[in-house]
Amino acid sequence: MNLLARYAECIFWMARYMERAENLARILDVHETFARDTRGMTNWFSIVQLNADEKDFFSRHDRPTAEAVVRYYMFDSQHANSLVSMLRMARENARVLRPWISTEMWTQINVFHNKLVEMSGKDVPIPNLSKVCTWIKEECQTHTGITEGTFYRDQGWYFYQLGKYIERADQTTRLLDIKYHTLLPSPVEVGSTLDMSQWTTVLRSAAGYHAFRRVYPRGMTPTTVAGFMMYNEGFPRSVVMCVRQIDGLLTRLKSRYTLRGGSEAMEKVDELLGALLARPIEEVIRGGLHEYLDWVQGQLNGVTNEIGLAFFGREPVATAQVQSQ
Amino acid sequence: MSVPEGKATDLLSSYDPGLYYDELFGGRDRPAEHAALIRQRLAGLNFGELLRRSQDAERELYNLGITFLVYSNKDAVDRILPFDIIPRVISAKEWAHLEAGINQRVAALNLFLHDIYHDQKILKDGVIPADLVLGNNCFRPQMVGLDVPFDTYIHIMGVDLVRDREGTFRVLEDNGRVPSGVSYVVENRHMMQRVFPDLMQDIGIRPVDNYGHKLLDAMMEIAPQDVGDPQVVLLSPGSYNSAYFEHIFLAREMGVPLVEGRDLVVENDRVYMKTTNGLARVDSIYRRIDDAFLDPKAFNPDSMLGVPGILEAYRKGNVALANAIGTGVADDKAIYCYVPRMIKYYLDQDAIIPNVDTRICREADSLQYTLDNLDKLVVKPVGEAGGYGITIGPRASKEELADCRAKLLADPANYISQPVVDLSVCPTVTEDGIDPRHVDLRPFAITGKNTWVLPGGLTRVALKKGTLIVNSSQGGGSKDTWVLQDGILQDGVQEGGAS
Repeated sequence: MNLLARYAECIFWMARYMERAENLARILDVHETFARDTRGMTNWFSIVQLNADEKDFFSRHDRPTAEAVVRYYMFDSQHANSLVSMLRMARENARVLRPWISTEMWTQINVFHNKLVEMSGKDVPIPNLSKVCTWIKEECQTHTGITEGTFYRDQGWYFYQLGKYIERADQTTRLLDIKYHTLLPSPVEVGSTLDMSQWTTVLRSAAGYHAFRRVYPRGMTPTTVAGFMMYNEGFPRSVVMCVRQIDGLLTRLKSRYTLRGGSEAMEKVDELLGALLARPIEEVIRGGLHEYLDWVQGQLNGVTNEIGLAFFGREPVATAQVQSQ
Repeated sequence: MSVPEGKATDLLSSYDPGLYYDELFGGRDRPAEHAALIRQRLAGLNFGELLRRSQDAERELYNLGITFLVYSNKDAVDRILPFDIIPRVISAKEWAHLEAGINQRVAALNLFLHDIYHDQKILKDGVIPADLVLGNNCFRPQMVGLDVPFDTYIHIMGVDLVRDREGTFRVLEDNGRVPSGVSYVVENRHMMQRVFPDLMQDIGIRPVDNYGHKLLDAMMEIAPQDVGDPQVVLLSPGSYNSAYFEHIFLAREMGVPLVEGRDLVVENDRVYMKTTNGLARVDSIYRRIDDAFLDPKAFNPDSMLGVPGILEAYRKGNVALANAIGTGVADDKAIYCYVPRMIKYYLDQDAIIPNVDTRICREADSLQYTLDNLDKLVVKPVGEAGGYGITIGPRASKEELADCRAKLLADPANYISQPVVDLSVCPTVTEDGIDPRHVDLRPFAITGKNTWVLPGGLTRVALKKGTLIVNSSQGGGSKDTWVLQDGILQDGVQEGGAS
């Protein structure tokens, strides 16, 4: 059975937007719950930095207050990185894909989106934020579960998984990158109480806190946290874990469906995986974590572009597939 | 709410269809015996329960996304077609009559299209004025002399039927271009099965869910003969088209890709679709795009929806299109008037389902009749679509009637006239209880080698009290349409009410 190039692209992006939405909901939730400093203050601005939204944010808001940032990331439909925009994009892709995906997948995204839009008319007081974020996260997980249980396993399934893991790897590098920067103001503060509670936040954002504790019961350092999130082979959100998935998916996709294209994408993935496995975290940090994460993100973009060229018939751009209005 | 909740009251005891024919009760001298059990079960329900089920159904339609897009300001909003849970019921005997009539009509229209794109005998014999056909903007000169498989032009046909005060079904309009609405026929049935299984129990309703299968069969039949396993696709204008749900529905039911113009490309007069593995041949296209937008090379050059070069691929016989290009000339308002004569001419039969009594004003005595009865008639210009330029005599002001008279005299050939049809009614759930509302019926027929009529159809209902307009854009909704199986409960067999 042939898969339309356009469908493959929509499936890929639907998966990415759902994964992205789940990650953002996690970050907002954990931020509110755990990211307070000793005075009970929360630095909401780091979320703006995490998503590289500084310019856009300040074009519409004076200060990164809790209310402004929350509204901006939850319900601002003019803002492409808000939850409501991500869900709109996921739904628009799902709408195009309705002939291909299961009815249950479509219905759940449709109802989820409609509820979120309905909610966006109202204010979410900060104390209720966690509850709303938990709901969003669970809706995303419901999507994952329905997809696992109902999506027919053909080419489309591979493009779905590819989108999901590329997005997940990208999100983990972003989370690590921004936190590593903001949390390491000076070498003196390393090891302080404040510092470690912030690192706990990072792990919780990625649902990795307890697993990390199990692996490193006796201590937490920025290096071990970064290493865990980059390289751990059992943590489902680690970069290596995701890239291994991408590698396997591409290989199976190409061989099972005897697809002509895709070699360049596979080469890029091999290069990335090789580089990830070549250096221990201490060495990476010495050489500059930020530069390294930048390079990883660049490679992931490269993989996306190669997938686009090979299978979608063009270079995909996140917002180009479906119109945003 | 007029009926207290929790108390079973005879819901239909005060129901009064007035002078209209009623789809569940029948006419004054023709009681609908076939619907007796359904009436009995309905009467035994309580109104609160009926309303609750009705709301459940509408919520589910919305959640399932069985919707059409409505554009207001700059926003596109999803709307459901309001669904009424009281079915419209057609007896086996009535249906046999309709089925024969639709078969006959499809046959005549296909013969007509073949004729006008070949020898034009019907024009030469003066049965239909040649200028009405050759001067029609839906007549496609590119089709002249071209042979299509089985001489079938209209593969998918929707016939709009109304029922007058006497209970006679009449054809109001033919839809032989890109008729829509069949997805609601199937989805309404699914909805009834979920919310009203106890009403359907043991009734013997003919199924409608094999429509996609039948459509795919026809699409395979008409594919180029040299292809072993033809690739069928559905060509849609895209997800922003108001009927996109129906496109999804049909693609899914047929199990074929839903493509847009940008997914297709023509090389060496063959049509291909762009897949993850490069170009793949396409053999048979159910297109939901009008002629004018199909091929920017041949028709409207500004079309972004179409596929450049597809007409030439079609002309070479390398791809099948359903419906064929140029069918619009057969379902035109002007041509409609001549369909009974067309049936006589090609089949030597009388029309099984009559037209609404229509006067062709280009004919002198019809013009005189129309002018004499202007205040009682509906006058329609033939070239316009979508209800433009219509004068409804009984509701028109003196000035409007005078204006209409002047236009008629100036250009009689541009007009037809019809009496106001008293559409039949059907019991319908309203806020105040069960009330009569006007309905029409659009059955669907699929033709490849042979014609198959879906046993059912889209019943549209005018939800606003007193109005005759059933269009979804003007407060219309829809109902499930039950065609009963032969021999079951046709004689008003009595049994217990709904549990």
